[in-house]
Amino acid sequence: MSVLVYTENWKGSFRKSTFEAVSYAKETAKLLGMDVVALSIGDVSDDELNKLGNYGASKVLSASGIAKGDSQATSNLFAEHATNVKVIVFASTYTSKMIAPRLAAKLKAGILSNVVDIPFSTTPLTVSRKSFSGKAIEKAIVNTEKTIISLAPNAFGLIECGGDCNIEQISTSQTRSVTIEGEEIATGKISLAEAEIIVSAGRGLKGPENWGMVEELADLLGAATACSKPVSDIGWRPHGEHVGQTGKAVAPNLYVAIGISGAIQHLAGVNSSKVMVAVNSDAEAPFFKAADYGIVGDAFDVIPRLIDEIKKVKN
Amino acid sequence: MNIVVCISSVPDTTSKINFSENGTTFDSSGIQFIINPYDEFGLTKAMILKENSGGNVTVITVGDATVEPVMRKALAIGADQAVRINRNPKDSYSTATEIAKYLSENPADLIITGRESIDYNGGAVGGMIAEILNVPFVNACNGLEIEGTTAKLSREIDGGKENLSVSLPLVIGGQKGLVEESNLRIPNMRGIMQARTKPLQVIDPSNTDSLTTSEQFEKPAEKSVCKLVEAGNEAELVRLLQEEAKVI
Ligand SMILES: Cc1cc2nc3c(=O)[nH]c(=O)nc-3n(C[C@H](O)[C@H](O)[C@H](O)COP(=O)(O)OP(=O)(O)OC[C@H]3O[C@@H](n4cnc5c(N)ncnc54)[C@H](O)[C@@H]3O)c2cc1C
Ligand SMILES: Nc1ncnc2c1ncn2[C@@H]1O[C@H](COP(=O)(O)O)[C@@H](O)[C@H]1O
Repeated sequence: MSVLVYTENWKGSFRKSTFEAVSYAKETAKLLGMDVVALSIGDVSDDELNKLGNYGASKVLSASGIAKGDSQATSNLFAEHATNVKVIVFASTYTSKMIAPRLAAKLKAGILSNVVDIPFSTTPLTVSRKSFSGKAIEKAIVNTEKTIISLAPNAFGLIECGGDCNIEQISTSQTRSVTIEGEEIATGKISLAEAEIIVSAGRGLKGPENWGMVEELADLLGAATACSKPVSDIGWRPHGEHVGQTGKAVAPNLYVAIGISGAIQHLAGVNSSKVMVAVNSDAEAPFFKAADYGIVGDAFDVIPRLIDEIKKVKN
Repeated sequence: MNIVVCISSVPDTTSKINFSENGTTFDSSGIQFIINPYDEFGLTKAMILKENSGGNVTVITVGDATVEPVMRKALAIGADQAVRINRNPKDSYSTATEIAKYLSENPADLIITGRESIDYNGGAVGGMIAEILNVPFVNACNGLEIEGTTAKLSREIDGGKENLSVSLPLVIGGQKGLVEESNLRIPNMRGIMQARTKPLQVIDPSNTDSLTTSEQFEKPAEKSVCKLVEAGNEAELVRLLQEEAKVI
């Protein structure tokens, strides 16, 4: 028996979330006394596939000729390789969230999503997961032979073990159920899901022309940019930046909130961040109740000075 | 075109969440329930598709009688009829099985679910319905047009979007982008009056077993008090983030 993990690539490269899922699979496999098999979909070089060994995969199944956006074909492919599998692990990516539930229904395997830690018991398999949009932590158990786990963003971390893996090319006869017409990718930017630091701003910035300092601060910190819901609703920033209960849920190491009041719906999507900083002109802003550090002040004064101070220490 | 919109009834987004009976049960006292926000985008999209090219819109919910006010709201927004499968939802698989059973007896061209419910956050019901019915599934769908029997869609992917075309029937997991926030509809008086007489059919569940069980809920640990730094002393904030929090 083994633990199977979906290792997603973007144009042939793995990202941190992929290695995190493999690390998670390895820790879970240790509890079960099993090994880790990785399944990769699409064209990925052997060099890249080999990296999976470093995080604990002992075998990699690599399937090309199938599109990851085709949930029907991909879940069928997974099912073909799930016979001797006890647990299947997915990272928190949009494609994972499309494949995992289908696969669960196909295998009649209990699925637990938003999982934040390795199982604390294996009989029955029990995990902690985030629920009620981060307002609660739930202990959930699986009543089936096989379990599907999909991770919460940035909840686990990387564990390198310096191992090697065997690569096996697999073929598939799955018929296509959708036609992929193309992609539109925002280039050169750090994606919110991957970011260790996020600099986020709200309506307090008054208008889209004032985002220069937000982007400058983000660039300095190697951070991604995000925004509150009204900011993307008015069109000051792209929808992909909207975080919160109805936008993206994020969990960076550092979340900097500039001119964001800290409404309960906003906090629901960001309160899993390890450290939060609020900059707000209103000392009564609810964000100060959730933040670890704060400055009460006008963002138009504070942020440029903060940028200068960070430049000093970075040099 | 027959469109079915799966609606989950969830606590209002401003709700403070509490649990009773030793953390085993969600405490719904004093909670206002709403249409799951992701489902609201889907419902509005269904109304727009119907207005442009005709058809019939059914909303379906797995739930006990307490979800009916939320279903009436969906009818007031413009759905033609509602179906309630009379069962307290247990897990995503049993919920999906109930809905899929209805759909296999009452086929639809387009089945709209939400990307996830904001209470249980399973993000699973839509994909499971698709698998049980053996039809395509596109999740985090943020654009949809129907041309004859083909759907042209886009889905959110990490860092951008992917465009696809798929033949109907199809299940989607919807979100913002399907329609914009400003297109969302608030029931008007006429809609509310009409909703009272629109059909709301209650059907018996098949009581499929659930595959997962929620054992216990806890609230996340309270944050410690926020350390405030004087405006003008940004250097101190940088020092704290470097030396104390060790995040930069
Ligand atoms: C169904 C529903 C779902 C929602 N989902 C989300 C969600 O997912 N994400 C989300 O973000 N919101 C969500 N909201 C909206 C949420 O309730 C708030 O309205 C929103 O988060 C407020 O955004 P904001 O903080 O940018 O703006 P505001 O509330 O207007 O706050 C602006 C803040 O900026 C401060 N400020 C003003 N000028 C300055 C200055 N010069 N310097 C520093 N600070 C300044 C003000 O003191 C204030 O605190 C949702 C609401 C509903 C009803
Ligand atoms: N009890 C339910 N009745 C009808 N539809 C539901 C129910 N629960 C979830 N759904 C649908 O499935 C989507 C995803 O829910 P979930 O898998 O619970 O995150 C929701 O947005 C709804 O469209």
